[in-house]
Amino acid sequence: MDSVVSDVSRVSGFPGPEPEEELKAWQTDRTRAPVATKIVVAGGFGVGKTTLVTAVSEITPLQTEALMTEASEETDDLTATPGKNTTTVAMDFGRITLDDDLVLYLFGTPGQQRFWFMWDDLVRGAIGAVVLADTRRLSDCFPALDYFESCGLPYVVAVNHFDGSERFQAEDVREALTVPPHIPVMIMDARRRISAIETLLALVGHALEVSPE
Amino acid sequence: MPKLPVRGGDRKPARVRPYSLTGGRTRFGHVLLVETFVTSTAALEAPEERKELPNGSLATRVMPEMQAIVELCRRMRTVAEIAALLKMPLGVVRVLLSDLADQGKIRVYGTGTGHGPGRPDRALLERVLGGLRRL
Repeated sequence: MDSVVSDVSRVSGFPGPEPEEELKAWQTDRTRAPVATKIVVAGGFGVGKTTLVTAVSEITPLQTEALMTEASEETDDLTATPGKNTTTVAMDFGRITLDDDLVLYLFGTPGQQRFWFMWDDLVRGAIGAVVLADTRRLSDCFPALDYFESCGLPYVVAVNHFDGSERFQAEDVREALTVPPHIPVMIMDARRRISAIETLLALVGHALEVSPE
Repeated sequence: MPKLPVRGGDRKPARVRPYSLTGGRTRFGHVLLVETFVTSTAALEAPEERKELPNGSLATRVMPEMQAIVELCRRMRTVAEIAALLKMPLGVVRVLLSDLADQGKIRVYGTGTGHGPGRPDRALLERVLGGLRRL
């Protein structure tokens, strides 16, 4: 992959310090944009989404925030919610340049029911989703599974194995999650780059399988 | 061995909002997804160093946020990256980008998947698979 060392645009003032990074050739070529594609990484709080994104990203993951109206715990019907609160939801993203003209973005997003509208926007055009699960708090990933199943986005289940936690077989987790046999369920370690790449490979392979010819 | 909780065991599946395709589109039909690339349209031959902000009337009329976005977009940027670097909510950045695009100050690129905001096609998936295998 071609890349050039950054020697430009130490932008002073408003935008704030941008981490100095190795610039890819496509970043400075304004005559054409690379193909941009994305994978969503979902799961409960603290399950390792940011860890996974960090393990494979070529940049230090950046954080964006979305302002949103918070629904109450029991409903997603915002119009009927009196006294709505505005809340801020953080989303981490990383980047992998796969070719001179092909860039993959990874978006780690909170898998809470009340953040659905964030997902609606995120899943548009996505390859698919990695649903990260922690067997100590397996139910935290239920909303994400429900969501991706209902919108038809290809997904895989990645059980992030934490040191000291009980080791389950992938098939036990599949059964508990009632995930159909054709969907990959894997035990992995989100801290390890190889493990994270294997998970992404499983997802893209699965997306290809279910994509119409 | 502790028992894993079973999904759907004692609860209704989460109700899901209908998929909405209304947001993120500018007046002239640009689609601004989080991964959409944008660049400024300022002369390509312009030197990279920052130009002094003009004193007086023009400077006061240009919102500093808009100016900051144009500055950032001297390089290829995604919508999400701009929001992150400027520490502004995604929704706000989309609105500003939409205005800047309508004014011709930034250029919005298609995501290159060829089919608008739908699912990536098989050719793209094959390319991503190949790229990941080479990592």
